[in-house]
Amino acid sequence: MNLIIEGVKQAFLLLLEGDSELIQITLLSIKVSGSAVLISMSIGIPLGLLIALSDFPGRRLAVALINTGMGFPPVVVGLAVAMFLWRSGPLGFLNILYTPVAMVAAQVIIAFPIIAGLTLAAIQQLDPRLSLQALALGASRFQVLLTLIREARLATLAAIMAGFGGVISEVGAVMMVGGNIKGQTRVLTTATVMEVRMGHFAMAIALSIILMSLVFAVNYLLTTIQQKGETPWITHIWK
Amino acid sequence: MKNLFKKSIVILIALLMGFQLFLVGCTSKKEDKSKETEKKEPLTEIILATTTSTMDTGLLDELLPMFEEEENIRIKPVAVGTGEAIAMGQQGEADVLLVHARQSEDQFMADGYGSVRKDVMYNDFVIIGSEADSAGIKGLKSAMEALKKIAQKENVFISRGDDSGTHKKEKKLWEKAEITPSGDWYVQSGQGMGETIRITDQKQAYTLADRGTYLATKKSISLEILVEKDKDLLNPYGVIAVNPEKFPKVKNKEAMKFINWITSYDVQKFISTFGKDEYGQALFVPDSEEWKEKH
Repeated sequence: MNLIIEGVKQAFLLLLEGDSELIQITLLSIKVSGSAVLISMSIGIPLGLLIALSDFPGRRLAVALINTGMGFPPVVVGLAVAMFLWRSGPLGFLNILYTPVAMVAAQVIIAFPIIAGLTLAAIQQLDPRLSLQALALGASRFQVLLTLIREARLATLAAIMAGFGGVISEVGAVMMVGGNIKGQTRVLTTATVMEVRMGHFAMAIALSIILMSLVFAVNYLLTTIQQKGETPWITHIWK
Repeated sequence: MKNLFKKSIVILIALLMGFQLFLVGCTSKKEDKSKETEKKEPLTEIILATTTSTMDTGLLDELLPMFEEEENIRIKPVAVGTGEAIAMGQQGEADVLLVHARQSEDQFMADGYGSVRKDVMYNDFVIIGSEADSAGIKGLKSAMEALKKIAQKENVFISRGDDSGTHKKEKKLWEKAEITPSGDWYVQSGQGMGETIRITDQKQAYTLADRGTYLATKKSISLEILVEKDKDLLNPYGVIAVNPEKFPKVKNKEAMKFINWITSYDVQKFISTFGKDEYGQALFVPDSEEWKEKH
């Protein structure tokens, strides 16, 4: 118990000091996972929309693949990406192994099925007459899509939060494709594992606190956007 | 409702764009800084495959920046288990190796995977255990005898079990004692040295650890050094350049620069002092040809 209390105390001291390496690791985590989520959104949301709204041979297979992708072990993704990026691998000439670019790539592969799958489910849940109504009111095809996203915004924002949560907290893939190199590819999660391995519990706790605060802050922001004006359920049923 | 939602979308997009600008801003600031400190040529990067226990001593955190300053070559140290480090060399995925598994290194060279191998330094292993020491090995001069006693009494022994340099050393000691350890008392952690020590502490058992990791974790555990200074417990490090004839993509010129640098007298002198500040004793003993000539 003493060790834990000591650890938390020291962690706060470290945080107040504003250790420059700590700041650098945090910024890199934000950069890598932030970029990964943005890219995943631009792939995942349109993909989810597309599959939800169209019918084609093999559609069910596509949906099953995306849903499997949601639960795919990140460390397996990491291994696969690493093997592609090895010098002896097909994409070795890119020379991006052990760089943040490789980390973003791996995280995109982890996150976009999550965002696509949840968006897909969100759109499928909408009343199919909604698009008809929008068209009847004179909406263009693009405007119909926007209307659908707007109606499904609760679930879509949840999808983004799930995608972000999934990549900011994963350690296996970024460890394998990034290498946890000091000053270059060290992020909050890989740094925490390393500090624990070295027995520096105070540092590990400090990193954990930062990571959790970061996740909370981002999710608080997204939740605020998600929940704006959403109280009809509560007032009608519980009053 | 509609307006609120529109507003939130606008805010979100603005945030995303601002964020992207911030990301770009951060990266370019970093590049400007590094452009100032380095000469006008672009920095070459090479991959050094080494082990987690080497990395955890902190020696490389001090050495590598020194090397980068002097030679304008950036080293990317990838710290993995010994098995993986050597495998990386066998696939040409690394340019230079810094490992401590003599037999594997010799095999590596014999198979033609390495073009040059040099001795660098050594540290040593210790057998650690609880104060209670139920196997009664404290103070024994022979590591092999200590392991024999532990096996006889079937006291819990935690092995790395991961084909690391430490694990290979442990296996050699068992071989010398002509014992094949097996049974509930012989536990394989499959993890790094730090974690293995922690497991040993939890179970108040015995394990073989490198002195460096033991010293680094000493504060948070209750285990003590029971057996040390046996010749069998020496842990020599080798630095190997991956063979450019087998792997043309390997950056051999830079790898050789690193090898010559780390075995040079001045750097060896630095290595001999490393650890004195933090642990009161040096963690490594320099062992290169250049050093031995002058000592």
